[in-house]
Amino acid sequence: MTPVSVEIDDLAWAPARLSDITLHVPPGQIVGLLGPNGSGKSSLLRCVYRSLRPDTGTVRVDGADVWRTPARAVARKVAVLTQDAPADLENSVEQIVALGRIPHQGPLGGLSVAERVLIADAMRRCDIADLAHRSMATLSGGERQRVQLARALVQEPRLLILDEPTNHLDLHHQVELLRLLRSLGVTALIALHDLQLAAAACHRLVVLDQGRVVADGAPADVVTADLLRTVYQVDADITLGPDGLPRIAVHLYDPSTAPVTAPVTEGHDPVGTEG
Amino acid sequence: MTVKAPGAGRRHQAPGPPTVRRVALPGLVGGLAAILALSMIAAVGLGPVSIPFGDVAQMIGHRYLPGVVDTAPTGPRSVIVLDIRLPRVLLGAAVGAGLAAVGTVLQAVLRNPLADPYLIGASSGASFGAVLVIIVGFSPFGTFSLPLAAFLGAMATFSLVMLLAGGRGLLAPTRLILAGVAVAAFTEAITHYLVLTSPDKEVRSAMFWMLGGLGGTQWRDIGVPIAVVVVGTLWFWTQSGRLNALVLGEEGATSLGLEVDRVRRRLIVGCALVIGAVVAVSGGIAFVALMVPHAVRLVVGGDNRRVLPLAALTGAILLVWVDVGARMLNRPDEIPIGVITAVLGAPFFLVLLRRADRRRWQ
Repeated sequence: MTPVSVEIDDLAWAPARLSDITLHVPPGQIVGLLGPNGSGKSSLLRCVYRSLRPDTGTVRVDGADVWRTPARAVARKVAVLTQDAPADLENSVEQIVALGRIPHQGPLGGLSVAERVLIADAMRRCDIADLAHRSMATLSGGERQRVQLARALVQEPRLLILDEPTNHLDLHHQVELLRLLRSLGVTALIALHDLQLAAAACHRLVVLDQGRVVADGAPADVVTADLLRTVYQVDADITLGPDGLPRIAVHLYDPSTAPVTAPVTEGHDPVGTEG
Repeated sequence: MTVKAPGAGRRHQAPGPPTVRRVALPGLVGGLAAILALSMIAAVGLGPVSIPFGDVAQMIGHRYLPGVVDTAPTGPRSVIVLDIRLPRVLLGAAVGAGLAAVGTVLQAVLRNPLADPYLIGASSGASFGAVLVIIVGFSPFGTFSLPLAAFLGAMATFSLVMLLAGGRGLLAPTRLILAGVAVAAFTEAITHYLVLTSPDKEVRSAMFWMLGGLGGTQWRDIGVPIAVVVVGTLWFWTQSGRLNALVLGEEGATSLGLEVDRVRRRLIVGCALVIGAVVAVSGGIAFVALMVPHAVRLVVGGDNRRVLPLAALTGAILLVWVDVGARMLNRPDEIPIGVITAVLGAPFFLVLLRRADRRRWQ
């Protein structure tokens, strides 16, 4: 899978307040998209995978404007893990994963031997091989998320778009997913909330706030105490670990007002001092 | 021997798909097609005057394969077979196939397990058109007035539903369903009013039409609906990969390269045309479009490439036999087909649902 470039130029889309977005991603770069809830991450990703038509500006994948390219041709290059995939499906896991071949198939196309191998391989990589014949409706949120990821891999994308892919995943599978991503050699755009994980997994981080790019650069340059304060209104100590990646320690309480012994509240005395 | 906890045995079975899901599609299609052919021969033989199946096969063979079958019984029984029952049975098969195929498509397109032709307003519009002809007696096209009025009624209500649902130029399934239900309720209210305020004789035939039936089918009635159902179903089949993609929802299907809105619109218009052609000649047959696709899915899984042809064949077989029941159960009168499909369908459906609940966890 040869990775492709993505060029977003002067993009604006009013309903999500996206404006002045310019982002050029060279082939093979893994870009983490950060920002508070409602900052426009998902909308920006939708503009890239051709689900939202921006008001102004262009999105080019591999040099071609996605809105001047047939949807099917885009889907042969770009695979997406969306945030709210429907959960209550009768279809088996294997069937859902096989859907990833649709952009490559004719109207009645069955699966070739090579495609079956691809599907089995993707299910193994996403750790869902033993769920192959289960109905989607019986899976946990994290299992479903891995099924959708396998479906995206089967699409043989050259650009992978992941909208909060670590949702519902346990720590093991979060780490596995991001490790897998590095090994694929594709270009990737990932919306994430976990700054520390994003810093470890991505080559570059882009921060959106109220629809604008407010930071863009190497993880250690982007994840700063200043950014957390201005964008997230959170105080934190940020140190650089021996690997050069940021470590974040969030201050939950203001030191002046923080309760010293937390659980002692009125009307309920766990120690039983009355006696 | 130890006593197992309920359900324990099931849970620990070796994982694996039920056997039917492994059978190749051509085998299943061939098997059901053979059952359909045999059912049709049997259905032609059964009725108030019963005719041996061998004779039926001979009469049909003699007329349509003259080189192969040389002799056949003649006389009034051959008229019953060739001119009364055969067209009726053929139409029954087409109606069943069309309803089941449309049900399959609508359930996938609207992503709603309860979707059936009523939801896009077509069935109630057809009833309205038919009742108008029966009761008001407006029939400018002779015997074709009734099916024509039913077809036009279906198209009119369907267009209204599409118009109401198409806010912002996009066709959202929820809006479509709500618009469909509203239009259907409105149209049905007017139809019921027309029926209830008319003389007795027309009430009976209008009620009969609304509940569905194939009585009085003649050769000249069946060409168009059969052609529409065959062409429509084959076209739906070529779209079944897209139908599969639609289960992932709007975003997911878009990411697989579908122009979701355009695909939906085309498929729904296709459904309306097939349903219009079917309802125009059979009346409102309930439950087949809803039930058959679910039943087939529970047996062969959710892949529409398999479900679509198998549902069409199953629908055809089902309707051929239900029509036999309509002729035989209350001789010499007929029972409306829709009454039988609903009475049979509801409990059958509940049994299937229970089985599916258990099997999910294998």
